[in-house]
Amino acid sequence: MSQPKISPSTAREDLRTEPQVIRIVIIAIAVTFLTVFVVLPLVVVFAQAFSKGIGAYFAALSDPEALSAIRLTLMVAAISVGLNLVFGVIAAWAIAKFDFRGKTLLISLIDLPFSVSPVISGLVFVLLFGAQGFLGPWLQANDVHILFAVPGIALATIFVTFPFVARALIPLMQEQGTQEEEAAISLGASGLQTFFRVTLPNIKWGVLYSVLLCNARAMGEFGAVSVVSGHIRGETNTMPLLVEILYNEYQFVAAFAIASLLAMLALITLVAKTILERHLDEGRLPGD
Amino acid sequence: MIEVKNIVKKFGAFAALDHVDLKVANGELLALLGPSGSGKTTLLRIIAGLDWPDAGEVSFDGENALAHGASERHVGFVFQHYALFRHMTVFENVAFGLRVQPRAIRKDEAAIRARVKELLDLVQLDWLSSRYPSQLSGGQRQRIALARALAIEPRILLLDEPFGALDAKVRKELRQWLRSLHHEINVTSIFVTHDQEEALEVANRVVVMDKGRIVQIGTPGDVYDNPATAFVHSFIGESIVLPVEVRDGCVELGGKPLNISADGVSSGASKLFVRRHDMAIGPAGSGAFEGAVRHVRTFGPIQRAEVALSAGEGTTVIEIDAPRDRELQPGDIVSLHPRRYRIFAGQD
Ligand SMILES: Nc1ncnc2c1ncn2[C@@H]1O[C@H](COP(=O)(O)OP(=O)(O)O)[C@@H](O)[C@H]1O
Ligand SMILES: [Mg+2]
Repeated sequence: MSQPKISPSTAREDLRTEPQVIRIVIIAIAVTFLTVFVVLPLVVVFAQAFSKGIGAYFAALSDPEALSAIRLTLMVAAISVGLNLVFGVIAAWAIAKFDFRGKTLLISLIDLPFSVSPVISGLVFVLLFGAQGFLGPWLQANDVHILFAVPGIALATIFVTFPFVARALIPLMQEQGTQEEEAAISLGASGLQTFFRVTLPNIKWGVLYSVLLCNARAMGEFGAVSVVSGHIRGETNTMPLLVEILYNEYQFVAAFAIASLLAMLALITLVAKTILERHLDEGRLPGD
Repeated sequence: MIEVKNIVKKFGAFAALDHVDLKVANGELLALLGPSGSGKTTLLRIIAGLDWPDAGEVSFDGENALAHGASERHVGFVFQHYALFRHMTVFENVAFGLRVQPRAIRKDEAAIRARVKELLDLVQLDWLSSRYPSQLSGGQRQRIALARALAIEPRILLLDEPFGALDAKVRKELRQWLRSLHHEINVTSIFVTHDQEEALEVANRVVVMDKGRIVQIGTPGDVYDNPATAFVHSFIGESIVLPVEVRDGCVELGGKPLNISADGVSSGASKLFVRRHDMAIGPAGSGAFEGAVRHVRTFGPIQRAEVALSAGEGTTVIEIDAPRDRELQPGDIVSLHPRRYRIFAGQD
């Protein structure tokens, strides 16, 4: 007996002819899950933030402690995203476009922060810069403040977020290969001209995408920052840290007001990410 | 003149180029022909400065090219997969080489525009100037890559399998076009291909490569009529190949002597090469081989016959080309004699 031939379209047709009931059940499960774990918490955050009215909400946000936390968070995010951007692009460039010894080791090192608990990452900096730490005595003698100050928070955030840019760019750059760079060089371009006119434009959407994710993580980081911050009110509390403190002090409106800002950041990131993902495909040359 | 002397290039222990020597005269259009993996791309990349040899010299008009990086050599390179800048329009792709020139010699915007327009006219694609590479067909990309390479007025133009990724019809058109373009601009060019027909049709001189070495250099006619090695004979043009035994100047096939001579070939196992159309058909008993016609196909001016040779223990089936007016029927017993043939000592 001969096998019936199934063309791709009819095969897909067949897969879709699940009984209607099963389809509805599956979709219902997914929707319920999303509602309970994603939508509901978001709604609760905003409901709590506005539970005493709009006036109380804005009063909570314009509290000096809140303003200080927002400022600190923005500053730390700017520093760590900026540095990680430079580092990530250079690392991805080196890894994707050149062959050298220790390349695999470098790739694993870049991944390290993803596989280490943020609290441990923070502790490493305490061990390094703390009073009993490796560099502590020297730092104290020279009156340099890293731990329980902005530099420590920035360092911990940089550490936790540094894989984002390199990780996003390495596959993109590897896929694009070195052909266009070689073409540019043979047309007389210098190394810098090649980088800025050919390499960078080809990865710009990938760069934006990774900056976005890196920024979201930098602003939201809790664990590592909590260890190195020292929780000095009005000085070394970032937004996530302040949320926890206020919550523990039963200042629910204030806690959720700050949390609502972080939630909005997440929503904006989500929308921007969706838009960028569409552009990311433009980096690939179809039909080559 | 481009001069390549004694170039060795190794990838690990594997020699991709094994003592290659080559001279290319100014204004010449040279074809580099060889099977895939024979080192053609590697040689081009070394000439362009995209790769560095482990030993040997490269000079342009007597000047040491290895002292300069790729960006200083003024070599136009047309890559096998075009390597167009995907985020730039066709216009900007062609303008690139002009825009990255040092400020002191850079043309002004109007002059750059004029030059790009001129180049796009040359490749007959002026109407595509605001498109992106992804919106072009393969043949169009190819021609834009060529225009881009020509923009810098290269002293040498290197084309790596320029028609490799195109379909047969477009290939044919572009071949003639490339030939006439070269006639027009007359820039020294090396053009890589693994298609012998293409090389023979486009180039003035053909360089045949095999396993990292140059095995023959000559005009297309030379290389076809007087192949230097068994490899060249079988690679360029189709051939009938028969394993023979040479004994003191006599040739035997399957223990049976053939009445052809093997002057200058040392005794031992050898290979006899005959072009299909060089096999003359005569009345039984007059030639070197006897055989039975098995099958005849006619197309165009020729008919192709499958002939089973009765030589030695087994039968060897060969295909020959005969003129249309020669009556051939399956079952005919024919005598075949090679008008021209070559014998190469050794098994391969
Ligand atoms: N970067 C490389 N690393 C290792 N081997 C290579 C590299 N480039 C080329 N080769 C090898 O060198 C040989 C010649 O390659 P290539 O010059 O590309 O051949 P062709 O262009 O004639 O097909 C091939 O066997 C190829 O595998
Ligand atoms: Mg090649």
